[in-house]
Amino acid sequence: MDSKVFSLKITIKLFKKLTKLNSLKSYAFYLIFITSFVSNSYGQEGDPVAGKALFNTNCASCHKLDRKMTGPALRYVEKRLAEDEGLEREWLYKWIRNSSSLIKSGDPYAVKIYEEYNKAAMTAYPQLTNTDIDNILAYTAQDKAVPKPTAVASNLAVGPSNGIGLSDEIILGVFTLLFLLLSIALVVVTKTLKTLAELKGVKPKEKKKTKPIWKAYLENQFLMLCTAILFLLVSAYGFYGWTMQVGVNQGYMPVQPIHYSHKIHSGDNKIDCNYCHSSARVSKHSGIPSLNICMNCHKSIYEYNGETTEEYTKEFYDAEIQKLYKAVGWDDEAQEYTGVTYPVKWVRIHNLPDFAYFNHSQHVNVAGIECQTCHGPVEEMEIMYQHSPLTMGWCINCHRETNVKIKDNEYYDRIHVELSKKYGVEELTAAQMGGLECGKCHY
Amino acid sequence: MIKYSYKILLIFTIFLQSCWGDKGAPNYEYMPNMYKSLSYEAYSENQIFEDELSARLPVEGTIPRGYSLYEYEDTNEGYDLAKKELSNPFSFVQKDILKAKELYTVHCGICHGAKGAGQGILVKREKILGVPSYADPGRAITSGSTYHVIYYGRNSMGSYANQLNEKERWMVTSYVMKLKSDLSK
Repeated sequence: MDSKVFSLKITIKLFKKLTKLNSLKSYAFYLIFITSFVSNSYGQEGDPVAGKALFNTNCASCHKLDRKMTGPALRYVEKRLAEDEGLEREWLYKWIRNSSSLIKSGDPYAVKIYEEYNKAAMTAYPQLTNTDIDNILAYTAQDKAVPKPTAVASNLAVGPSNGIGLSDEIILGVFTLLFLLLSIALVVVTKTLKTLAELKGVKPKEKKKTKPIWKAYLENQFLMLCTAILFLLVSAYGFYGWTMQVGVNQGYMPVQPIHYSHKIHSGDNKIDCNYCHSSARVSKHSGIPSLNICMNCHKSIYEYNGETTEEYTKEFYDAEIQKLYKAVGWDDEAQEYTGVTYPVKWVRIHNLPDFAYFNHSQHVNVAGIECQTCHGPVEEMEIMYQHSPLTMGWCINCHRETNVKIKDNEYYDRIHVELSKKYGVEELTAAQMGGLECGKCHY
Repeated sequence: MIKYSYKILLIFTIFLQSCWGDKGAPNYEYMPNMYKSLSYEAYSENQIFEDELSARLPVEGTIPRGYSLYEYEDTNEGYDLAKKELSNPFSFVQKDILKAKELYTVHCGICHGAKGAGQGILVKREKILGVPSYADPGRAITSGSTYHVIYYGRNSMGSYANQLNEKERWMVTSYVMKLKSDLSK
């Protein structure tokens, strides 16, 4: 620490001298001298741990250390400003506390950076003290942590399992070979036994000729009748079962153009269904979100850092995010929209036939039914599939069993009172409210 | 006889397919013309337009019925102006505030947190960082600036104009201002 303070003092002295010097040569010499000498001392007197916390709460929405976001990447920012622009920490204090006044004052670098980042105004942080800013700068001055050698570990993990797979095959092969040898041996043994018997003159016993069982069966008319009836019943049952699944897509799990995992979004990160499917509240459709809704988060989230499996690796998920960027026309390097977009052709899973009317808002908003009642445990689905059969019988069954939520539901204020009188019940089911009438869904 | 057994086999395989069949393909339909809509559905493909989308944006220069024009521009000047002079045209009752809380929890709470202190679940899980508290003195948000940011988005935050309608945006705004005053206590 002492040596650093010492080097700083020297720097200050040199700066003072520098202002007096006019010769260009010596200026260059001193500049090289200073940078080589001082480069390690930037941001050293703050606490990087406290700085990280401050950085994450105040700066990280627009800045990352090694990546351009709404604002520039901030690793070694102080060093960079000092070396490239000749700006000292005082300038950074001013800029962070109130950047707009610095821009208005006509500071050339402030104006330049403001123009460069599409006039995005940096929020003023008057509440940050000098020590706070020193801490943040200490955090930005840290060297990038070298990623742990996970690749080697994963290779090691794959190695033995591969070995097991191979030995499994060997064992299987050995067994097949053994079986073959045994069967050959059996054939050979029976052949030799037969020849031996012939040589000894032993005659094999002749079998008595009886009526074969199939013939007896065919001649028994009662049995035949029973069989015919049984056959007809079984095939009628089979045919009925087959016709009942026509047009039913329960379990339908198509491959989507972008691998969107509901498990990660609504399971792990607990994003409400209505965040993306916001039209379910107000319209017939539970809309597929347009890509700008994805970009609400994925402007900041450009990589996947959660749990991975062998099938779904980090690289796999990262590539899926890149697909989103391509479709929405987001240039991740330049952090701006290119304007070239491609519609994503999502494959529709839940699809009622045209002759049945279904309205999401009626069920979500008025009845207050959970999405999972019909769509199943979506928050656990890595790949989305159709959970319910969506048949008419299934609809009707739910309408018969479900009591309408009357409490605090002004939609049903009057009709509930009158209908309860009519049926003489306390709780009304959806069916008693008219949920079985044909015209409700078919018209 | 051969033809007959062929048919049985066909029915049998179809039957089997319905049990353990390919989950990646939809089932066949009985009389498909009863299933398919004649009119264009919201997400159907469409040969009329170049990008083949049936879902269209309103024609440029028009406003859908029931919507109104938002007069402030998506610039820093527009933000400052809205912050200074824009105020809530609606008056809300207790029921609206409950509804506003619900909307806030769904759309804002995941980042801004239930109390508006910037500690939503995505922040806690370090997916999105740097979400400020509503009581942040540097921003000094007003209901005008909050509405403006919900409408256009700002910096890393996106626009919520297509998830919330005008009244809902103002409901959320008033709830945000309530959270701000709670935080400042």
